[in-house]
Amino acid sequence: MSEGGILAELLVPFSYGYMLKAMWVSALVGGVCAFLSAYLMLKGWSLMGDALAHSIVPGVAGAYILGAPFAVGAFFAGLLAAAAMQFVKLKSRLREDAVIGLIFTTLFALGLLMASIWPTSVSVQSIVLGNILAISDEDVVQVAIIAGVSFVVMAFIWKDLMVTFFDENHARGIGIDTRRLKIVFFTLLSACTVAALQTVGACLVIAMVVTPGATAYLLTDRFGRLILISIGLGVGTSFLGAYISYFLDGATGGVIVTLQTVLFLVAFYLAPKHGVLAARRRRQVATEAAA
Amino acid sequence: MIAHPTAIAAAPLPSAPGASISVRDITVTYANGFTAVRNASFELDPGSICALVGVNGSGKSTIFKAIMGFVKPVAGEVRLCGLPVDAAIRKNLVAYVPQSEDVDWNFPVLVETVVMMGRYGHMNFLRMPSRVDRYKVDEALERVGMSDYRHRQIGELSGGQKKRVFLARALAQEGRIILLDEPFTGVDVKTEMAIIDLLRELKAAGHLMLVSTHNLGSVPEFCDQVVLINRTVLAAGPTAETFTQANLERAFGGVLRNFRLGGASLHDDDDARHLTVLTDDERPLVFYGDKQSRQRDGEGGQ
Repeated sequence: MSEGGILAELLVPFSYGYMLKAMWVSALVGGVCAFLSAYLMLKGWSLMGDALAHSIVPGVAGAYILGAPFAVGAFFAGLLAAAAMQFVKLKSRLREDAVIGLIFTTLFALGLLMASIWPTSVSVQSIVLGNILAISDEDVVQVAIIAGVSFVVMAFIWKDLMVTFFDENHARGIGIDTRRLKIVFFTLLSACTVAALQTVGACLVIAMVVTPGATAYLLTDRFGRLILISIGLGVGTSFLGAYISYFLDGATGGVIVTLQTVLFLVAFYLAPKHGVLAARRRRQVATEAAA
Repeated sequence: MIAHPTAIAAAPLPSAPGASISVRDITVTYANGFTAVRNASFELDPGSICALVGVNGSGKSTIFKAIMGFVKPVAGEVRLCGLPVDAAIRKNLVAYVPQSEDVDWNFPVLVETVVMMGRYGHMNFLRMPSRVDRYKVDEALERVGMSDYRHRQIGELSGGQKKRVFLARALAQEGRIILLDEPFTGVDVKTEMAIIDLLRELKAAGHLMLVSTHNLGSVPEFCDQVVLINRTVLAAGPTAETFTQANLERAFGGVLRNFRLGGASLHDDDDARHLTVLTDDERPLVFYGDKQSRQRDGEGGQ
């Protein structure tokens, strides 16, 4: 094959409307999830993203069955999950992780059940694995609104959120309403989880809201830069993942998350200061100095 | 030539129009029905360092929370610089220096970012630092001697340096009232001295500091006033009058270790004086005879 032939081949995905849509929607969702991941992984709340993604599945399934916007269904399922967790926590002496594990698997199972009973309106596979290549235009509008609004809100509150997550007492002491801020953050997180459900599916949402932030965390000690790196990773891997999935004929979510993991591993070993190799070098220098 | 901002800073700090804390008969009951503090009252004046002393669970942190407005007393009121708590918070009058254990030292922030957080209350809602803000951060870092470390991640510092960063944040915030939560936990005696020196400077500049501590030995050394609490205020006032053995025994009950040395175990002669050591395993507090030691007891505390 000639060089021109390969190039033409590589540009093929850009000539399909559905591929273009998949690439930019993935990039948008990947970016905003990565923005949130910068915060989520700092507080030991990473698995809440997972619980959230699974809990909203029955809402999404129900919305498709009834022909309602999926975001509305997800919203009500999210409320139901939060209320159920509060209820079980108050009425029993179970620990929080047990309660979360109990509720989110129950709701996830309910969602799968609903999807398999009424398989024509929604497939189990597209909920679990996502189906960005076949996303409808109405769903694109919903995802774009969620991601756009989240970006704008985060751009305004990122510093206040940083102070709140770093030192809540100080934040309150300078007049920041930390309670309201946290509610806003978790609302955005829920909304973005719903959006990510469309691209990578319920099982892999957790990667979208953890991995880019975790990778950036290894690369910098400045929070502002951490956010920029994280967003860059999210946008890049999501766009590229959707693009590559055309050639591999594989699930988009799987490709995106694999790319993110590869970059994480690179940072894990090679990060200039916090990488495994850097730590080994420092140890060596220390032993040589001692010797 | 443009006037350098140092000119402004060199002017003596305004003699704090009443940097005071007035706690009047407050009772704090939490949502679960637990009353942590009942009928507590004390008054503190500008330019002083005050120790808040009590056992764990005596209500030290509740008093702090009430002063910062995190909990609303069900009865009584707190006034800061003559203002209700909410108004004082809006004016950035209260700065808080957290306990080391409460800080996530792996958080990806640099020293200068933490100090800049002290300025957030002075900025618009986007928190865009102005030249004044940057200058105040530089000045605060300079004052605590941490300018050379401004680009370090906070976890890379020693215990004393970490403390100084948070003091710098309080300075940058320009809080008239500074609350310090257990500032001497986990720092060595030398660092403790350095922190105390810094607190003295702040006192001279008119700040009012309330220090929660169970480090009894150093209290008489740097605190002008003491508030002893155990679910209520047991005693409050100048250190010499308040920080007495009788009051401490009331505040600590059986928790403190109490040695009394005298007679043959202390002297070879007929000297009738005795000494009493009170300690909860930090720096001990020593009473010579019935009078409290005014001397340095650094060596004795080892």
